[in-house]
Amino acid sequence: MEVPLLKQGDFLIATIQAALTDADLLHLRTALVQQVVRLRSRGVIVDVTSLDVMDSFASRTLREVAQMIRLRGAETVIVGIQPDVAFAMVQLGLKLEDVSTALDLEEGLAHLSRKSTNRV
Amino acid sequence: MFIVSLTTHTLDDTTGVESMTRITSDPESAQVQDEYFESADSSRPASVLLRELVAHLRDNRTQLREEWARRITEAKLLTAMTKDEIFAEATSVYDNYVEALETGTFEALQAYARNLSERIIPRGVETDEVVGIVLLLRDVLARSLFAKYQTDFTKLNRILDAYEPAANRIANTVAVGFVQERERIIREQQEAIRELSTPVLQVRERLLILPIIGVIDSQRARQLTEQLLRGIRTNRAKVVVIDITGVAAMDATVANHLVQTVEASRLLGATVIVTGLSPEIAQTIVNIGVDLGKMNTVGDLQGGIEQAERLLGYKVVPLVETP
Repeated sequence: MEVPLLKQGDFLIATIQAALTDADLLHLRTALVQQVVRLRSRGVIVDVTSLDVMDSFASRTLREVAQMIRLRGAETVIVGIQPDVAFAMVQLGLKLEDVSTALDLEEGLAHLSRKSTNRV
Repeated sequence: MFIVSLTTHTLDDTTGVESMTRITSDPESAQVQDEYFESADSSRPASVLLRELVAHLRDNRTQLREEWARRITEAKLLTAMTKDEIFAEATSVYDNYVEALETGTFEALQAYARNLSERIIPRGVETDEVVGIVLLLRDVLARSLFAKYQTDFTKLNRILDAYEPAANRIANTVAVGFVQERERIIREQQEAIRELSTPVLQVRERLLILPIIGVIDSQRARQLTEQLLRGIRTNRAKVVVIDITGVAAMDATVANHLVQTVEASRLLGATVIVTGLSPEIAQTIVNIGVDLGKMNTVGDLQGGIEQAERLLGYKVVPLVETP
């Protein structure tokens, strides 16, 4: 399933709408890393609100996305992790270290706006 | 369970017919009674024996009851109750006991046992005392039967055949009723403690505090985490202050839980400030080698709230009184 990438001002928003296969995740990774420079985005938001499971592959891929996007000169925020998912993730040791997180899309946008004003 | 050996029910004598009428007049318990009375005796149905037994117990009610109350006091049971109370309780237990023997239905006795347990549990009556008094009553009654039928051994045997299973079942019913009532109370209290023990409070827009008091075990730590995460989501919190001033000690497992809570909260986009770490807990956390860089700690709750306000961009200024 393709994840739509929406450009919103300086930011790029990817909303995951259903459980993704590993191939879908890799595809999303490639698309994000390409588009972020093409669209001159300063920040990327990955919205995982509708995911009720986050396995180690998904979590590792998201972390890689964040690292790659940082190398491409933008910031990444993962938003909308459900309480149960968060609890399960820390129990499995999937901590998404050095990746920014926010409660929901609104918070993520606010977070990125703060960062980008700092940069200018 | 009272059927020692099934024989065909012959209702040829008058008593049998009588008991038949009684059974049919009460259709609901007819099944139970039927089984109950269908006991082993080739010459006489057990119902007759039981009736004789019940009559005997009724006739000697006062004396047997007193004997029982005396033996309860002697055995130093029910010390939480006064003598009068024991006697009053003994009377109603006795009557219920005889009634259960007579009717062979245990619903009334069960209800009574539950009611009795409800009254005496708060007074600190223990399970062994309740079992003890019921067994005492059983002994007292058995002894009176021995005394009455000591000349006729065959009859005594038959009477005991009818009496023993019923008496055992009564003892069982009362003891089980008591234990069930106790368990129900324990469950209720556990539930209440669980609900009370983990308040997640909002002190300011987007700022939650979670005061933890008492002992934390793995189960409670887990529940705390779940409640906090849910609280973060519903209150849209950005900063959470976890105050553990009231926690005296913490083992490695629980310390790890705390760290997990901090990490899970971060995944929801909230910053956690832990306040009030006692020296012992600080030592535990250092010993288990938790990376303190990720844990935001402040000495006391006040400091924690102040820092949280700074993070949220609040500034508390005193109201200057206009001259």
